[in-house]
Amino acid sequence: MSPQLLVTVLVFAPLLGAAIAGLGGRRIGDTAAMAITTGLLFVACALGWTTFIQVIWGGWPAHFTVEIAPFIDVGAFRSTWSVRIDSLSAVMLIVVTTVSALVHLYSWGYMADDAHKPRFFAYLSLFTFFMLALVTAADFMQLFFGWEGVGLASYLLIGFWYQKDTANAAAIKAFVVNRVGDAGFALGIATVFWAFGSIRFADIFPQVPAHAHALWRFAGHDFQLMDLACVLLFIGAMGKSAQFLLHTWLPDAMEGPTPVSALIHAATMVTAGVYMVCLLSPMFEYAPVAKQVVTVVGAITALFAATIGLAQNDIKRVVAYSTCSQLGYMFFAAGVGAYPAAMFHLFTHAFFKALLFLGAGAVINAVHHEQDMRKMGGLYRYLPITYAIMVIGTLSITGVGIPGLDLGFSGFYSKDAIIDAAYVAGRTNGVSNFAFFAGLIAAGLTSFYSWRLIFMTFHGKPKWQEIETHGEAVDDAHAAHAQDDHGHGHGHDEPPHEAPWNMRGPLLLLALGAVAAGGVFAEAFIGPERAAFWRGAILELSGAHILDALKSVPPPVVWAPLVVTALGFAAAWYAYVLREGLGARLARGPLWAFLYNKWYFDEIYDFIFVRGAKALGDLFWKGGDKAVIDGLGPDGVSAVSLMVGKATARLQTGYVYHYAFVMLLGIAGLLSFALWAFSR
Amino acid sequence: MILQAIAFYLLAATTVAAGLAVISARNPVHSVLFLITAFFSAAGLFVLLGAEFLAMILVVVYVGAVAVLFLFVVMMLDVDFAELRRGSSRYLPIGLAVALLLTIEMIFVAVSVATNGAAANSTGPFRAGSVTNAEAIGRVLYTDYVYVFQAAGVVLLIAMIGAIVLTLKHRVGIKRQDVGRQTARTTATGMRIVSIKSGEGIDA
Amino acid sequence: MTIGLSHYLTVAAILFTIGVLGIFVNRRNVIVILMSIELILLAVNINLVAFSVFLHDVVGQVYALVVLTVAAAEAAVGLAILVTFFRSRGTIAVDDASVMRG
Repeated sequence: MSPQLLVTVLVFAPLLGAAIAGLGGRRIGDTAAMAITTGLLFVACALGWTTFIQVIWGGWPAHFTVEIAPFIDVGAFRSTWSVRIDSLSAVMLIVVTTVSALVHLYSWGYMADDAHKPRFFAYLSLFTFFMLALVTAADFMQLFFGWEGVGLASYLLIGFWYQKDTANAAAIKAFVVNRVGDAGFALGIATVFWAFGSIRFADIFPQVPAHAHALWRFAGHDFQLMDLACVLLFIGAMGKSAQFLLHTWLPDAMEGPTPVSALIHAATMVTAGVYMVCLLSPMFEYAPVAKQVVTVVGAITALFAATIGLAQNDIKRVVAYSTCSQLGYMFFAAGVGAYPAAMFHLFTHAFFKALLFLGAGAVINAVHHEQDMRKMGGLYRYLPITYAIMVIGTLSITGVGIPGLDLGFSGFYSKDAIIDAAYVAGRTNGVSNFAFFAGLIAAGLTSFYSWRLIFMTFHGKPKWQEIETHGEAVDDAHAAHAQDDHGHGHGHDEPPHEAPWNMRGPLLLLALGAVAAGGVFAEAFIGPERAAFWRGAILELSGAHILDALKSVPPPVVWAPLVVTALGFAAAWYAYVLREGLGARLARGPLWAFLYNKWYFDEIYDFIFVRGAKALGDLFWKGGDKAVIDGLGPDGVSAVSLMVGKATARLQTGYVYHYAFVMLLGIAGLLSFALWAFSR
Repeated sequence: MILQAIAFYLLAATTVAAGLAVISARNPVHSVLFLITAFFSAAGLFVLLGAEFLAMILVVVYVGAVAVLFLFVVMMLDVDFAELRRGSSRYLPIGLAVALLLTIEMIFVAVSVATNGAAANSTGPFRAGSVTNAEAIGRVLYTDYVYVFQAAGVVLLIAMIGAIVLTLKHRVGIKRQDVGRQTARTTATGMRIVSIKSGEGIDA
Repeated sequence: MTIGLSHYLTVAAILFTIGVLGIFVNRRNVIVILMSIELILLAVNINLVAFSVFLHDVVGQVYALVVLTVAAAEAAVGLAILVTFFRSRGTIAVDDASVMRG
């Protein structure tokens, strides 16, 4: 099979699965729908690994584009449906297809009691197709198509349990906040088109150096063209990847089923922003201000999300904020110029974050959909395998490893690479220095809240036995579970049990990845020989020397992440195991409230934007539309007609002598006028 | 001349006074009678003008037919004049004002026409020679204006039909003669032979 | 003074005005309206005849004859309508005839 055919099949296989399951799910039955979609996804996954291996080490061309069909052809604005393969998209291909296939398999067990399985699997496959279209795009239009498509799939999946009001609201919130980012993205695309006369990457990238110092005049000011375009495009990435200011949708997106959180909000959709920035590295390298912006936003996000994660009690929320924070790492890595490090972290993060989410899903499944960690505890006896897997994931995310021996879990390689890169860049750049410190502190906080999650869930006194009735369920999963016809059968006094094999299998595979992916691929991604890996897919100008200098970072800096990680571990151990209950007692006061309420961002946004928009809408509706337009238009005209009609009708009294009198008046008037006219 | 003037003023005053009385009398029968007075005086004015045929026609038709018709209707309608509202019109002052204005204007026109208009060179009422008024009218009516004459007849016919149609109502329960039925009677339908015992009556 | 055309016309004008007044001033009954119409027609007749005599044209009198005819016919029909009105209403008060009010 030719490479072109293979990659085309790869991209469209999930779409086929989605179509079959979505349109014919009711007719072919639940099992057939699930089997078809999962099967096609595994085919895509196999093809993805084939592509990755062949492109990087095999006999395939280093980069090639398959043009399938024309999309838009208006003047110079030409876009084609294509599949663009190079090292960067190959990396994303394996990430997306692997995690998606494993999530499909996992959902067999997790969604076993759901009444709408074909729809769920169709949405998952649909999402995968859109994501694949995004990463294999050869021009901005297909990128945008995939961008919007994953947003749509996210909306559908977050609001999957559509009978729940909170799920609907969360889905809308996700879509709307994404849309705010997309406005910037669209403006960025327009700027690029205006500047370069084309939207195809192959046409744009060679032209960028020539426009490095071009200015653009707008509203009386001169803007650096490249900076402007890149900042606008980054705003889109902020929305999609839930960075600071446009992050409010990610925690609420946890309303969706856990497999959705694992696939979309950990491994794939939220990483689309990082992918985009790395893909556009030829542009960003010539936009220094934009890179600073990216660095600052990423660093702030890493820190701020970590602080919020400290205070959350919902197990999924903790993992969600952890995702937000790790994305911040990826962004500031890209911002300082170390794009390969960002992609490497994306790669490893996909594994251990999906692992953490799916593991959390196994825990939730085991305790009858209870998500509040304060009501768990002591579960390691009942769920040993899940416990082991979660510990592996936590070791990975906290970056546990031995720097001297270059041995550790996957997160160790990628996170340390990022922090070291920030340090190196920070020697010459103040903003990067800030990113370095932020990343370091956030690493400590990450360790603290990740281990806090483990200790609260698996260690300590079992608190789930104290829950007698589930009638007044506090968390929303309960309501959802109740509505999809819970047929579990086991009562609430049964002890928690391990997940079925179709949930444990993906977990074990991901755990393997979380352990090994870092060590195996580190050299390829960020090592000195990385050029042979990337082969031009990413442009490194200033960042080139940063990654090369990683080996020459002073030992205190090299050991610093491990030190703060250990501190975080110790603090969590102290508060949640040694002096159990200390954590609960600390959870009060204004600082805690500030963190628990997500820095009050939702309240601020509600006050400024939501109420403002509503007030404006009301003004236009009642004041403008009703009072002015309707009042002067239909309503006004009809009211005036009625008034005039009523007034005129009073002339018709019904009395003949009134009419005769009017006639007399008329005659008198006429006669007078005639006399006066004739006398002149 | 002076006799003519006196006659004119007398007749004119009578006409106007009678007209006023028509519209202001309380009893409708009185109104009709005053109307008759007005008609008579107007006829007198016509005689003064020399149109005696028309004057007589006025008396015969207007008084003899129309006014009598009014009287019939007034008396037939059984109007309880004691109940008649004596409403004073709100419009009386302004109506009077407008009417006065109208009268003055019309008199103004009349005078100007009489002195400066077509009738300025009039030689007065004419008594042109031999013909009587009747003959003068007759000479024109049946020759040049015969169609007008016939049309007038048709108008009267239509009016008669209209009046009958409007007011005719069949009264139920009165015996009427049906001549057709009467003459179509035969022995079989008209007579019946019965044998009766003495002292008994016939019960049909 | 010589009784001229203007005198007759004046009489006719006054009679006409009286007739018109009678139509809308009266509050009594509908018969007065019909009688006022007769007065108006009478005034018109006087006008016609006066002009005919003073202009030496007998056509005016022919026309007056026709007006007379029409007045009679109209009086007949008007009274027939009045009778019908009275039969369905029971009253001939003018203020009651306001069904056609708007």
